[in-house]
Amino acid sequence: MSVIADSKPSSLSDSAWEGFTAGHWQDHIDVRNFIQANLQPFAQVPDFLETASERTEQLWAQVKALMWQEAERKGPLSIDASKAAGINAHAAGYIDREKELIVGLQTDKPLERAIMPYGGIRLVENACRIYQTELDEGVRETFTRHRKTHNDGVFDVYNHDMLKCRQAGIITGLPDAYGRGRIIGDYRRVALYGVDRLIEAKEAEKSELDHLDMNESNIRLREELSEQIRSLQELIELGRSYDCDLSRPARTAREAVQWTYLGYLAAIKSQNGAAMSLGRVSTFLDIYIQRDIEDGSISEAHAQELVDDLIIKLRMVRFLRTPEYDQLFSGDPTWVTECIGGMSEDGRPLVSKTSYRFLQTLYNLGPAPEPNLTVLWSKDLPEAFKSFCARVSIDTSSIQYENDDLMRPRFGDDYGIACCVSAMRLGKQMQFFGARANLAKTLLYAINGGRDEISGLQVGPESAPLDDEILDYDKVRERFDFYVDWLSRTYMNALNVIHYMHDKYAYEAIEMALHDRDIVRTMACGIAGLSIVADALSAIRWARVRPIRDERGIAVDFEVEGDYPKFGNNDEHADALAAEVVTNFMNHLRKHPTYRNAIPTQSVLTITSNVVYGNKTGTTPDGRKAGEPFAPGANPLHGRDSKGALASMLSVARLPYNDAEDGISYTMSLVPDSLGKRPEERINNLSGLLDGYFEATGHHVNINVLNRDTLMDAMEHPELYPQLTIRVSGYAVNFIKLTREQQMDVISRTFHEHI
Amino acid sequence: MNTYESLSYCHLDARHMLGRVHSLDTFSAVDGPGTRSVVFLQGCMFRCLYCQNRDTWDMAGGTLYSATELIEEMLPYKGFMKATGGGVTVSGGEPLLQREFVREFFHGLHYEGIHTALDTNGYMPGSHYDGYLEKLLEHTDLILLDIKHMDPVQHEKVTGMSNAPTLKFARHLAEIGQAVWIRYVVVPGLTDQPENAEALAEFLSPMTNVQRIELLPFHQLGAHKWQLMDDQYRLSGIQPPTPSRMRALAEPLQSLNLTVTWA
Repeated sequence: MSVIADSKPSSLSDSAWEGFTAGHWQDHIDVRNFIQANLQPFAQVPDFLETASERTEQLWAQVKALMWQEAERKGPLSIDASKAAGINAHAAGYIDREKELIVGLQTDKPLERAIMPYGGIRLVENACRIYQTELDEGVRETFTRHRKTHNDGVFDVYNHDMLKCRQAGIITGLPDAYGRGRIIGDYRRVALYGVDRLIEAKEAEKSELDHLDMNESNIRLREELSEQIRSLQELIELGRSYDCDLSRPARTAREAVQWTYLGYLAAIKSQNGAAMSLGRVSTFLDIYIQRDIEDGSISEAHAQELVDDLIIKLRMVRFLRTPEYDQLFSGDPTWVTECIGGMSEDGRPLVSKTSYRFLQTLYNLGPAPEPNLTVLWSKDLPEAFKSFCARVSIDTSSIQYENDDLMRPRFGDDYGIACCVSAMRLGKQMQFFGARANLAKTLLYAINGGRDEISGLQVGPESAPLDDEILDYDKVRERFDFYVDWLSRTYMNALNVIHYMHDKYAYEAIEMALHDRDIVRTMACGIAGLSIVADALSAIRWARVRPIRDERGIAVDFEVEGDYPKFGNNDEHADALAAEVVTNFMNHLRKHPTYRNAIPTQSVLTITSNVVYGNKTGTTPDGRKAGEPFAPGANPLHGRDSKGALASMLSVARLPYNDAEDGISYTMSLVPDSLGKRPEERINNLSGLLDGYFEATGHHVNINVLNRDTLMDAMEHPELYPQLTIRVSGYAVNFIKLTREQQMDVISRTFHEHI
Repeated sequence: MNTYESLSYCHLDARHMLGRVHSLDTFSAVDGPGTRSVVFLQGCMFRCLYCQNRDTWDMAGGTLYSATELIEEMLPYKGFMKATGGGVTVSGGEPLLQREFVREFFHGLHYEGIHTALDTNGYMPGSHYDGYLEKLLEHTDLILLDIKHMDPVQHEKVTGMSNAPTLKFARHLAEIGQAVWIRYVVVPGLTDQPENAEALAEFLSPMTNVQRIELLPFHQLGAHKWQLMDDQYRLSGIQPPTPSRMRALAEPLQSLNLTVTWA
């Protein structure tokens, strides 16, 4: 929905828009149209790029020193537990005011973590206790006695079934104690229009509703629009605290970067969602940067400095979490996902010089997991850009890739990625996200009559356990379907509760203020343990699987006699089973009503929680032992793929994106040597590998070209590196299958030789 | 003695057009140009002390595939091959032991427009310079020829076999203008003598068909396979060559004006 804002029409003669090409965007909130009208694609070899300036290096050194202190503490550098976070809860903060080109911190000190009790005071109390910080008594009292939280609301409503599922870990990661995240404000609007204009548009959107009856949904919508407008006013105030007049549009490249960032900053000052993604800003900002470069007001070196400075800020995003959360997600992730590249619907690449400048930060500031730089890959991207991305991947392992040719027909050419793989039209779509259903455990419930294989408790509906000596495929499938149906209902209902309460008690006013009023909502579910279920079903079907029951009558082990096709070998029998599991679960999800009529979707994504899921799941019929990790995302289980990397990739690519539109995640790890003998061959091969995978309709791939540290980590956590292949001419070995001594050998051989 | 002439199994398989396959790897970027699917064939008559695929020696092992089956295994990866300028490499083991099968396989791959490479030690007895070889080479785009040593005595020490057939094969390939990459494994104490690199350079210098020389540093990654095969591995004490050693050996070869890699 776009709205005519007629009281203050900015014109192209205004200094903010001077030199831009006119279009629909002038009279409507329409950032995409602005990009389309003003885009300058860049398809050449990026020989213009600048290295980090002395100023950037000095500033970054200060931040790195703080990050190092933080790492040594193995917890937050500091916590401000004196007040609840909010857009203007803290005074302006700086790293080094003289040196910063782009300003703004979440609190008034770098890396200090604020408390966000609207999502749940319990989590705040818990974190403060663990990190030995005293929580302000007033805050505690407010959020325990006077102001209800999202967390309280959810637990007021959860039913017995949901609580049991949550406790058994058959549904894990429900965002019922903190922010849900996965909402991307269109932060570019702040720069292009200025906040006054956005407020005006929101007022207009609200007044359009004046004639409607005050039913529940209209009341809620009006209240939300009022909250959005209030948050926009707070955003202006935030700008003022940093001497930026956000009420008007940005006039320069620096202002465009600054305005966009302050919009994002307001979001991360007020919400601690698991994923607080940025969207797709680089080519938007490029239009401002090009304008300033062309009129001679900035140099290339300065342009790079602006981008470097923004990235430094994005690397500093911090939320207060608990150690269990960090364990689930292996560290302290924030998923500040920024999409780069992709194609325009009219066939022009959305690759600009600033796309390159963003990737260049991985050299100027070194590799880093955040911001989560995501290249939207298309077969039609300029070859020079593909090669540059491949080179950056090989050098830094810091890029993930997603299939623009697969997503563009569904999401247009101005979508962003929330978290890892969830596509959404920017400013026009959001998702209600939460958790994953553990399908491997569900299969065990099917065999054990709904009893949990670890606790022995009756979690699912009671049924007679399957007591055949050899598991019968048809019976198992039928029973599995019954429990999937039950689980999908419980899961969807739990999400409905969560999102109802989150809207009510922890509404993302500023993020939603940077959306249209009438948006598409998806209800994004997820599954874990896909490859285990596929292999287990395949074993039951093609081999002989004998359950071994304990004194409780629960199958705690399985004897598998004979061989069977395994997922990850491009074998149609096993791959079809995996695809069926995805489609069936999706079809069950589709049957249930959703909060605000959200469209149900699902992802095949575990991030790194595959380890925790494994911990909580007993031995499975595919031969995986109790407690052993699951494969990450849609990956085949480590060691089951015997035909090499491409066979495994094609098995994953065959999973139906139509039934997993929230994303299918695949992780690939390589050592540089395995990509070819010479640097240009490695680049060509990696680029071709991506072309091949996406042509085969793969959705997402993480490319790890491993450095020494990663290999050391792989020795400690083999489950996270299922596919790490060490290739030397004519010979390949799976790294995790080597003995420790051999692994040490590989590490010393791989890295000492090339230094 | 395990000589080439004493083998009959490959003729039997050839009539049925079955090949003995040790394993498949769908992704290699170091066995010819681009990314390649590699078929490791079963069976080898060399007994290289540094062999990294000890488990491919046995002539009777492996899984039987028809050429058609094997081609079908390759087809899904055509997109990757096209995107990288890659193809299929047959390695082993020694693929020339199953040359009739390989010919059939490569013929089919060519029909599908797939680039073919043959990774071989080049041990061809005189009697095998026949029509079969001609047909095989007709469908071979690139030969990765492993030369184990230039000195006949040292070669026999390293492989248990003479190097004369390999060198003859190399000359034959030069004569017919067949594209070749030379591969040479550098094992400290066994094959890393500077004079050997010089001899190799001298041997290759008249050959205009050689496009690239790959010096491959010895590694210990295949050691565990000797244990699995219950065989005695003699090189457990040997360290991989240093980069400076590799560079020094590459030097005489670089004068040939070819691509030389040594990592």
